[in-house]
Amino acid sequence: MLLLTCPYCGVTAEETEFHPGGQAHIERKAGTEHSDAEFEEYLFLRNNPKGVHLERWRHQYGCGKWFNVARDTRTLEVYGSYEIEAKEPPQEIKDRIAQRLAETGLPEKTVN
Amino acid sequence: MADAFRTADGGALIDRSRPVSFTLNGKTYRGYAGDTLASALIANGVHFVGRSFKYHRPRGFVASGVEEPNALFGTGVGPRFEPNQRGTMVELYEGLTAKTQNHFPSLEYDIGSVNAMMSRFFPAGFYYKTFIQPRVAWKHVFEPFIRQAAGLGKAPTEADDAEYEHFHYMCDVLVSGGGVAGILAALTAARAGARVMLVEQNAWLGGRAIVDEGEVDGQPLGDWVRARIAELEAMPNVLIRTRTQASCHEDHNYVLCYERVSDHDPDLYGGGPRHRLWRVRAGRVIAAGGGIERPIAFAKNDVPGVMLAAAMRDYLKLYAAKPGDRVVVYANNDDAYRTAIDLRNAGVEVPAILDAREGSNGDLPQIAREMGMRTMFGSGVSKTLGRKRVEGVEITELRPSGRPGALETVACDAVAMSGGWNPVVHLYSHSGGKLSWDDDQLMFRPDPSRSPIRHDGAPAVVCAGTASGHLALSDVITDGVKAGVEAADALGFETSGADAPAAKSAREDGISAIWFTPSSGKLSVGNKHFLDFQNDVTAADVELAAREGYESVEHTKRYTTLGMATDQGKLSNINGLAILADALRKPIPAVGTTTFRPPYTPISFGSIAGRETRELFKVVRKTPMHDWLAAHGADWEPVGDWRRPYCIRKDGEDRHQAVEREILTAREKVGMLDASTLGKIIVKGPDAGAFLDLLYTNMISTLKPGRCRYALMCNDNGFLFDDGVVARLDEQTFLCHTTSGGADRVHAWMEEWIQTEWPHLKVFTANVTEEYAQIAVAGPKARVVLESLEGDVDLSTDGLPFMSYVDGTLAGCPVRVYRISFSGELSYEIATPAAFGLSLWKAIFEAGQPFGITPYGTEALHVMRAEKGFIMIGDETDGTVTPHDLNLSWAVSKKKTDFIGKKAMERPFLIDPDRKRLVGLLTENPEDVLPDGAHAVEGERPNGKAKMIGHVTSTYYSPTLKRSIAMALIRRGPERMGETLTFPLGGDRTLRAKVVEPTFYDPENARQNV
Ligand SMILES: [Zn+2]
Repeated sequence: MLLLTCPYCGVTAEETEFHPGGQAHIERKAGTEHSDAEFEEYLFLRNNPKGVHLERWRHQYGCGKWFNVARDTRTLEVYGSYEIEAKEPPQEIKDRIAQRLAETGLPEKTVN
Repeated sequence: MADAFRTADGGALIDRSRPVSFTLNGKTYRGYAGDTLASALIANGVHFVGRSFKYHRPRGFVASGVEEPNALFGTGVGPRFEPNQRGTMVELYEGLTAKTQNHFPSLEYDIGSVNAMMSRFFPAGFYYKTFIQPRVAWKHVFEPFIRQAAGLGKAPTEADDAEYEHFHYMCDVLVSGGGVAGILAALTAARAGARVMLVEQNAWLGGRAIVDEGEVDGQPLGDWVRARIAELEAMPNVLIRTRTQASCHEDHNYVLCYERVSDHDPDLYGGGPRHRLWRVRAGRVIAAGGGIERPIAFAKNDVPGVMLAAAMRDYLKLYAAKPGDRVVVYANNDDAYRTAIDLRNAGVEVPAILDAREGSNGDLPQIAREMGMRTMFGSGVSKTLGRKRVEGVEITELRPSGRPGALETVACDAVAMSGGWNPVVHLYSHSGGKLSWDDDQLMFRPDPSRSPIRHDGAPAVVCAGTASGHLALSDVITDGVKAGVEAADALGFETSGADAPAAKSAREDGISAIWFTPSSGKLSVGNKHFLDFQNDVTAADVELAAREGYESVEHTKRYTTLGMATDQGKLSNINGLAILADALRKPIPAVGTTTFRPPYTPISFGSIAGRETRELFKVVRKTPMHDWLAAHGADWEPVGDWRRPYCIRKDGEDRHQAVEREILTAREKVGMLDASTLGKIIVKGPDAGAFLDLLYTNMISTLKPGRCRYALMCNDNGFLFDDGVVARLDEQTFLCHTTSGGADRVHAWMEEWIQTEWPHLKVFTANVTEEYAQIAVAGPKARVVLESLEGDVDLSTDGLPFMSYVDGTLAGCPVRVYRISFSGELSYEIATPAAFGLSLWKAIFEAGQPFGITPYGTEALHVMRAEKGFIMIGDETDGTVTPHDLNLSWAVSKKKTDFIGKKAMERPFLIDPDRKRLVGLLTENPEDVLPDGAHAVEGERPNGKAKMIGHVTSTYYSPTLKRSIAMALIRRGPERMGETLTFPLGGDRTLRAKVVEPTFYDPENARQNV
């Protein structure tokens, strides 16, 4: 059972207090301007990396807020949580990921 | 004589002033408080206590702890009976009732033991090989035979009446294992100020320090460790739990500890939980679970009386129980000499110590020689003699190659074997800790550089002592302190000055590999070299698997069932994979281990369930009218977490009669329904309208305050998943009704879109489902009933037109009255704050009496909506149905540029005219009711089977129409009006039904618009 931290209320809590929401930073491509391929990507195509995964969680039984988490699916290390509206992880989390990958010699991911 | 094998003195754990009597298979024996079932039986000379799983061979005690594979018993009686209890872990109490298992009709005479004679039909992979025999052979020959013979123990026949509980706990350092290393690690961390929890699966602390000799800081080892335990027990920041096993190590140092609270003492039974599951989140985990001795594979090494060397020492020194009168020791290491020395000191004859090594310069072999014991280096046991008890051994000379004959035969009644030690790496490995092979000590040991990690990337688990691969006392002590320092330091506690005490113990020489002892004769005939005692997996089985191409250790495990017994390979795995490695001509580390999966040993289902059983299994949601309905005959059904009345039965009525009465009363007079479970979500803000336009397929923003609209919600795949009536309360506020089971899901759905996709929209949501009770009053007399109540609400046709609502007071309750109908009758739904719900319900019920009002349940609701052709989410929808499929295109906006599901619904396969679409069905015989889900068929597929063209989604007998009605999704359904379809029902039975419009009753909607 993972330990996760909600970036809004600051609580670090058991995984059962949160609700998983899959891959983060998916753009909704469901407008008339989007091609079938773009629509397919939005609806169905997801990463399943062995490595660093950016994912969404909701503090379901706490403050109710959605947020993003950078987590390594190989080691379950949580690099950090950040706000839902961010387009990518903040520099601080990117630095932590880079540092850990350098320490361990692991690639960012081995399978997408 | 009673307990003839009890030594005159000694026995660190038994209390000779408290004799205890117990029964095995109805026969009474005597033991002492502090005994285990195993030690008491051994003290009584009983070794033959079970039969193996496959061959039903006689089996006895092999081990003294949790790793015991053979000695499984059914203990207790009635609701407290439990099968498969390891006799080594069952603490003796007065009146304990135990039964041996896995035999028929008795332990002594077992029919299943013919399996042993048929053993050439049961080679490695026999389940798989048997399955590919002709089916008829499996069904009529093998399966009945195997079913009769197989199975461990008997399931209890009575419900367990014990209680179980969970306990949540947090600590800085969790130490698993109360031996020397664990105690020192705990003490070191606790002295530094850390909050420490120490768990030990046995009832006692001290581990091997209570059994074996040594000296620490000038004190005898036993005294020294007892003093350390006393110090720990006195520390306020230390929690010690014995009979508690750290069973599962999960992500981020979440550990499940399994405590057997009252199994050992029936007086405690009922006064608290039987088992407790500790759900611990620890800063660091110290795994100090010690080691498990390896058996040696030699022919007939499974005969009762063959035991692990250290286990014999445990029985002797902890319980004063002698394993026999004449014991041969067979080993490849110095530690086993401790057993020989202790046995001799207790007056047991040791006719020979067989040592597989070329020689040893250690202290212990020297002592044994000085005591006059015969030590034979370069030799081993090639075979045991005897069937239900060891009668002797054949000794062979071990050479690098070749198969020598027996040197001589030695009579004995027990054999102590030791093939070296495996560290208990399970806890460390459960969530990914990696091992490395130690070629000197011949063991897999934890690799500290590849520990499982915490959420923050720091190492989660530190191994200590023998669990870390240290066997000598001084190394164990040093490593225990080191682990305590490491854990405490990492958590920011000050540990300076924590030095390891100086220890002295016998100097030991190294180990040499002996994975297999050759015997005379062919491997496959008679002479079985067992690896997995419980599952009867032999060295030959593993070799056969390798020959048949099983190279992966994981595959070999499943093919041979090696390590799949209740002991999960604690004794067998390393020997098995060493033999596999040899057969594959690979080094052991290249073959690797199987995965270590939690729990470490079986834990009770009760402990997993905890208090979440019976009425606490799932919380039931109740409306304010729940108790009233219960008192008036509610026949409940679950709807989500709610209970709703299926119908409300009067005296003498069955379900069917009640439903029919409810429907006819509502159609002819008036009925009332508790609709409080309907989801109610407030959506508020300047952008509420814009948000709901994106969420619903309909246009919502154009709704006028005071008006209602039936609206549909799809996912971005275009599939319908919820529906309900939306009311606009004011310019910025909407009230969205959802299905009864869908309120939480829809609310979460709204929040997800607001927060993650359209955060720029100024809108808030609140789920107010439980804030309001809601009552539907439906039927021709609905208006007069409500008008007879005191109130200020204009309920007239013009005052409150269809699909509008009004606020006011009724019978003293603040109400919002909606003019909406799910029954097709003149209908009002009245919402009132939950606290007023019951009084309003009673007031309406009273007022309705002169008009013949009846409360009705969900079945009447369903039938009436089907008579009107209204869809029900979950009946007409299954996650693959669009609004268009249900003839609801009118509710899908063509004006909006975007809403969830819009683009998906335009995909070619969702506008394909060949899709299944909603129709009504009337069976040819009006009394025939189509079964739910029945398939309509038409023509043939290329394979000659019937082509299915659709299925029934809702089907009822309509009391109103006095005939059956059904709704169905049928390919090109609306184009088939008037056609008769065929529904095969299995066997010869077929029903035929005509396709009609799916509105069976009052298609002009005359009844609701009055
Ligand atoms: Zn939060």
